[in-house]
Amino acid sequence: MSPQIAPLSLFFASIFTSNILLANFLGMCSFISISKDYTSSNGLGLAVTVVLTITGVVNWAVLHYILYPLGLYYLRFIVFIIVIAAVVQILEMVIDRLSPALYMTLGIFLPLITVNCAILGAVLFIEIRNYTLGQSAIFSLGSGLGWWLAIASLAAIRKKVDKAPVPAGLKGPGITLITIGFMAMAFIGFSGMLQVQ
Amino acid sequence: MTAKDLNKISRENLWFNNPIFIQILGICSTLAVTNLLTNTLIMTLGVTFVAAFSNLTIAFMKDWIPRKVRMIVQVLIISFYVIIVDILLRAFLPEISKNLGPYVGLIITNCILMGRAEAFAQSNPPFPAFWDGLTSGIGYMWVLMTIAFVRELLGFGTLFGFPVTPSWFPQWTIMVMAPSAFFLVAILLWIAKNRMTGGKA
Repeated sequence: MSPQIAPLSLFFASIFTSNILLANFLGMCSFISISKDYTSSNGLGLAVTVVLTITGVVNWAVLHYILYPLGLYYLRFIVFIIVIAAVVQILEMVIDRLSPALYMTLGIFLPLITVNCAILGAVLFIEIRNYTLGQSAIFSLGSGLGWWLAIASLAAIRKKVDKAPVPAGLKGPGITLITIGFMAMAFIGFSGMLQVQ
Repeated sequence: MTAKDLNKISRENLWFNNPIFIQILGICSTLAVTNLLTNTLIMTLGVTFVAAFSNLTIAFMKDWIPRKVRMIVQVLIISFYVIIVDILLRAFLPEISKNLGPYVGLIITNCILMGRAEAFAQSNPPFPAFWDGLTSGIGYMWVLMTIAFVRELLGFGTLFGFPVTPSWFPQWTIMVMAPSAFFLVAILLWIAKNRMTGGKA
């Protein structure tokens, strides 16, 4: 594909125009249920950003130094999932040891993250688009921040929407999806400035 | 398990407990490809295949899986079937496989699969579990096919790639882009909820 992308534009594109959630629909499951509460949304957003950045880089290394040389490319889905699960587990233990306070806020979200589509999705994008190590790190950090920004803003908007008179059938997930649709339009509005495929 | 029970499972999965309407589960991996009917059909067929067979396998193996590691075993069984789907697509439909890009691999993290494995296959015999996976997949398929039908018709003026709208008909750019998928899911959800509750929810 195109390994020649300026790091800064890759970073901003992965946050805004190619937002992993609003443009690629990844990580929706926990997005809708968690965004009811602003504090949890922030916690989950932070956790996703941290895990995504680490797994993006680790999986890049696994892909280039283990899977390609050994010809095990067809096993990549299983290997990626195992690496993600392992990173999440290790991170959980490290945080528990180093900072019990942080563990209290992040701890409950970490197990959820293993099956968060955004994490595996970003890793698969890195593989398909042939990013270099540096680009993978920037892309996964940007995608994590983009996901965090999206869930934190949705949680804030939902607080207001809760008070609005909404038709009965649209209450709950329905109006949330419409809100997400408008957010997606706003984010995609930046795509005239940057575009990364 | 009688025919009546199987019938009940199908009705639940296709309408009353449809994974998308009630639980808003599993739209992550497929919503992105709903701007074309062909891609959606292949993706949802893949999900249905994986759901049915992973449920079957998990139901067969449930007594040998230690409770503590069951999640990771379920994920591994699911990834096994997803790899089969990926290899088949690469071999027989290379063009579509290329269009779907990362989304085939993302079937692994589709919440419906883990959800059905936990909620049904863990505690039921193999055949009903297979049936449950199959009908969940079909329930998922018809909703996404409806969305893809609207998006492709209005966005490109085609159905399965064949032009159907007259040339004066404007193509709606918004339908090709991501936001329309969110709006359409919300509208379908609204209609379904009203039908289910008779409009007095």
